[in-house]
Amino acid sequence: MSEPVEKKLRLATTSLAGCFGCHMSFLDIDERLLELLPFIEFDRTPLTDIKHCGPCDIGLVEGGVCNAENVHVLREFRKNCKLLVALGACAATGGLPAQRNHLDLADCLQEVYVTEASLSRGGIPNDPELPLPLDKVHPIHEVVKVDYFVPGCPPSGDAIWKFLTDLLAGRSPKLGHGLISYD
Amino acid sequence: MSERQEFLLDGEEVPFIPGQTVLQAALSAGRYIPHLCYHPEFKPHGSCKVCTVKSGGRTHASCTLPARAGLEVDSATEEMNQLRRTLVQMLFAEGNHFCPSCEKSGNCALQALGYDLGLTHAGFRHFFPDRPVDASHPSLLLDFNRCILCELCVRASAEVDGKNIFSLSGRGIGKHLIVNAASGRLADTGIAATDKSVAVCPVGVILKKRVGFAVPIGKRRYDERPISAQALEDAPRPPAATAIQETQ
Ligand code: SF4
Ligand code: SF4
Ligand code: FES
Repeated sequence: MSEPVEKKLRLATTSLAGCFGCHMSFLDIDERLLELLPFIEFDRTPLTDIKHCGPCDIGLVEGGVCNAENVHVLREFRKNCKLLVALGACAATGGLPAQRNHLDLADCLQEVYVTEASLSRGGIPNDPELPLPLDKVHPIHEVVKVDYFVPGCPPSGDAIWKFLTDLLAGRSPKLGHGLISYD
Repeated sequence: MSERQEFLLDGEEVPFIPGQTVLQAALSAGRYIPHLCYHPEFKPHGSCKVCTVKSGGRTHASCTLPARAGLEVDSATEEMNQLRRTLVQMLFAEGNHFCPSCEKSGNCALQALGYDLGLTHAGFRHFFPDRPVDASHPSLLLDFNRCILCELCVRASAEVDGKNIFSLSGRGIGKHLIVNAASGRLADTGIAATDKSVAVCPVGVILKKRVGFAVPIGKRRYDERPISAQALEDAPRPPAATAIQETQ
């Protein structure tokens, strides 16, 4: 990468039903983050204080969709981002959180908030402030159109670097052998 | 023995011994055709269709297509690889392939094939099947939600172990692996952890207990080299005389 470009690409990121591991893996590009900064500007992301996603070139979404708020955030990202990217196994497949898909949601809440002896005092939370969980966890492509998938739990820093630098250079991102992983 | 004859694979001559299938002859000649349900020690099965090639204007499963002199076969084309990608995506969407917590990860043929074909996602709505695991056996575990219905365990148990422990049952998307015991439980069969049927499962269905995650990341089977390189090493190399009896 060479000269800073005139107009920086705007990048938004979010974690839905994620673990923040994909964001940590993004930071794993280490000092290459400094190489990236002349070319990109962050919009809404857990790394900035911006509350809503504005018009962006790229949106990176970590995590599947597990509650109503996830759906709203995901739709906001889709509306505002020219390219929407599913980052990591959860966004692409539902991931390990989707292992709850064969359980009954009411049973899960009952078990955690009522039955479990060490936690049983409060009952199932019932405040409208809280987003209702969906009965199943979904990959994000079941809710909105997705332009690219970067698999991995998490994708490696090198995979994320390759993906972003391909995009910045105007190439179709290609993750070769060793950069595609599902685990 | 009969004399060697040749057919054309992607425009190059591949010798074969009559009785060999296109896939067997190709592998014997050091030419890889992606495949999943074929295993060099067993009769071709023809269920995964990943080995599909084009010949005479139509598609064929190369694991069951008999080699014939003069046959012209296209395999390494974008059209065939795109078809293979779709097939492998269908398998991923059909099961619960949560590789991040699967102890077969790194040693799994389905996963390795996905890497080789450059798949980044399943592309379809996930089915999220719900088949309870069978942990009844003291040394073995079955996770039915990862089964790709290749019947390698069925074939190995019947032909090698002589125990007939596994079957496929049901129809359509309801088709699934079952254990041949009145109770349906693995503990009530004569299976042993050393059986061929245990070793042969290409994915994470039939697992030995207490050995998971023992191999460090980086040292697992497909960490270093893609499945395309290793499949050739597994295949019988020329002269593949044994292939004749096995396929007849
Ligand atoms: S069986 Fe293979 S593809 Fe399925 S979850 Fe395990 S490692 Fe992944
Ligand atoms: S259990 Fe394994 S070997 Fe048996 S049919 Fe399923 S995937 Fe194939
Ligand atoms: S290898 Fe030919 S159909 Fe599976």
